[in-house]
Amino acid sequence: MTLLVVQALNGLQLGLLLFLIAAGLTLVFGVMDVINLAHGVQYMLGAYLAVTFAALAGSFWLGLLLAVAASGIIGLALEWLVIRHLYARDHLAQVLATFGLILTVNEAVRVLWGSAPLQLAMPEALSGSFELMDGLRYPVYRVALIGAGLLVAAGLGLVVARTRTGMLIRAGASNAPMVSALGVDIGRLFARVFGAGAMLAGFAGAMAAPLVSVEPGMGDNLLILAFVVIVIGGIGAIRGAFVAALLVGLLDTLGRSLATDGVKLLLSGPAASRVGPALASMLIYLAMAAVLAVRPAGLFPTARA
Amino acid sequence: MRRAATLIPAVLFAVLALLPFLPLGRDGGYVLGLLTRAMIFGIAALSLDLMLGAGGLVSFGHAAYLAIGAYAVAVLDANGLSDVWAVLPAALAAAALFALATGAVALRTRGVNYIMITLAFAQMLYFAAGSLAAYGGDDGYTLSGRTAIFGARLLETPRGLYAATLALLLASYLLCRMLVASGFGRALRGVRQNAVRMQAMGFDPFALRLAASVTAGVICALAGVLLANAAEFVSPAYAAWQRSGDLLIMVILGGAGSVYGAILGAGAVVLTEEALGRFTEHWRLIYGPLLILAVLFLRGGLAGGDRHRV
Repeated sequence: MTLLVVQALNGLQLGLLLFLIAAGLTLVFGVMDVINLAHGVQYMLGAYLAVTFAALAGSFWLGLLLAVAASGIIGLALEWLVIRHLYARDHLAQVLATFGLILTVNEAVRVLWGSAPLQLAMPEALSGSFELMDGLRYPVYRVALIGAGLLVAAGLGLVVARTRTGMLIRAGASNAPMVSALGVDIGRLFARVFGAGAMLAGFAGAMAAPLVSVEPGMGDNLLILAFVVIVIGGIGAIRGAFVAALLVGLLDTLGRSLATDGVKLLLSGPAASRVGPALASMLIYLAMAAVLAVRPAGLFPTARA
Repeated sequence: MRRAATLIPAVLFAVLALLPFLPLGRDGGYVLGLLTRAMIFGIAALSLDLMLGAGGLVSFGHAAYLAIGAYAVAVLDANGLSDVWAVLPAALAAAALFALATGAVALRTRGVNYIMITLAFAQMLYFAAGSLAAYGGDDGYTLSGRTAIFGARLLETPRGLYAATLALLLASYLLCRMLVASGFGRALRGVRQNAVRMQAMGFDPFALRLAASVTAGVICALAGVLLANAAEFVSPAYAAWQRSGDLLIMVILGGAGSVYGAILGAGAVVLTEEALGRFTEHWRLIYGPLLILAVLFLRGGLAGGDRHRV
């Protein structure tokens, strides 16, 4: 029972992390129909920048702030250099060019910071743990991460649903040429959305840095997960991304802790301990295939997808 | 254009056929090994081009079939069977089954969702391969020897493997060319351009796409069998999504829809990687930007591409 609660909290935390990454991905896709594989490197850069800035500034919080700002600037630079030239191209060209970006940035990180994993110390104020229930302690930092994720998700939801920029984003997602014809500089809107997405991914990376080992290619696996999230949620739908991110986070985390026991009901011990972990790794992909088999456009289909 | 489409492949195959007879000196084994690798990826890229160039199906999980072919070799090898009469039917049947099962689900989706669901299926296979403890799990499996051809161990020398790969590349090329030019290929291209209209004319887009996926999967599994033999080693990395990306790059770089372009693309990618890798450990720092520039400026690919491509 206690294990279940801890795993559910961990799943929630992974889900919110995924949402921060998927949000940028799905908005960029929704507004400009651009599929950006290089979004995972923004997450990685956020983590690396946080490590570097925190060491330079001597403070986790200042490092976090600088890392998020720098992530946004790098995002804008990438948009200007590469992504901007892909709007009019097909998805295939976008996949390949951004795949090239992944290779380039991962290698650049390896050159600049080395291949060895780096660590980032937690801020002292959040480094403790508290008693969740009898005999069960849970780290404060993870709770803070869940809180920050929920806060950003709520803020993002408000921006998209209530502000003028959000209205333009939604309008752009359903009919970009019409928005452009009505006198909105859609190129600038897109650059802003892209920069914001890069900042969100950078924020996710910086916040995750104390919990994971910071190494080249760390964004690749999360990128694939984020894509699973936006495809399950329905591409371009921010609400769908939120629901799907929590679903994937919980499914993956709980699956990993429960799959072996579940399989043991069907198979004998040694076979189960081999099949279980494999099944757990496959679980979210199975879920995605199942969702797409029933609803080919995802759970919350948008007009464009 | 039409003359080039006959002349270039003819010259290419003639050069590849004559090469083993040249005095290559001490580096002979290395050169043949490298070209064998390039030709194996040529077969894989050819098969992907059948889906992508003719069918318009952007599969981001084609490396799964490389892994299926390779693991067929490994699994049979571990059970004491390593002859072509057992390996080939097993590999091709497994690939056909996987293509049928995944295609039945994936082909219900379009656009980005298709790209992502093919990726998801390949990821499933990747994790499944990692859990095969009897065959090395994540660490991979070293073969006890190369596949025999009806008892004869012809593939053990670099020259033998080279010859077998070249023969299979030629056969795959001729098959793909024939398929693309056939009524099936025309119908497939028609479906790519306007599925609704083709349906109104009595064609079944789903069946055509599924047939193309299964054919492509089977041909790619052949490449997987060869790749396992060339490396004498099999690991889950065969199905990694980065490798699926590499295959897409080969097809696009060569020019989707031109059939022989896929071979040129595969050769260009394998040889560029090798050349840059000798030059610096951080070769991806050059390869990545080159790839971006190629996508931005080299439209239509090395072979000029299919003029009807949308």
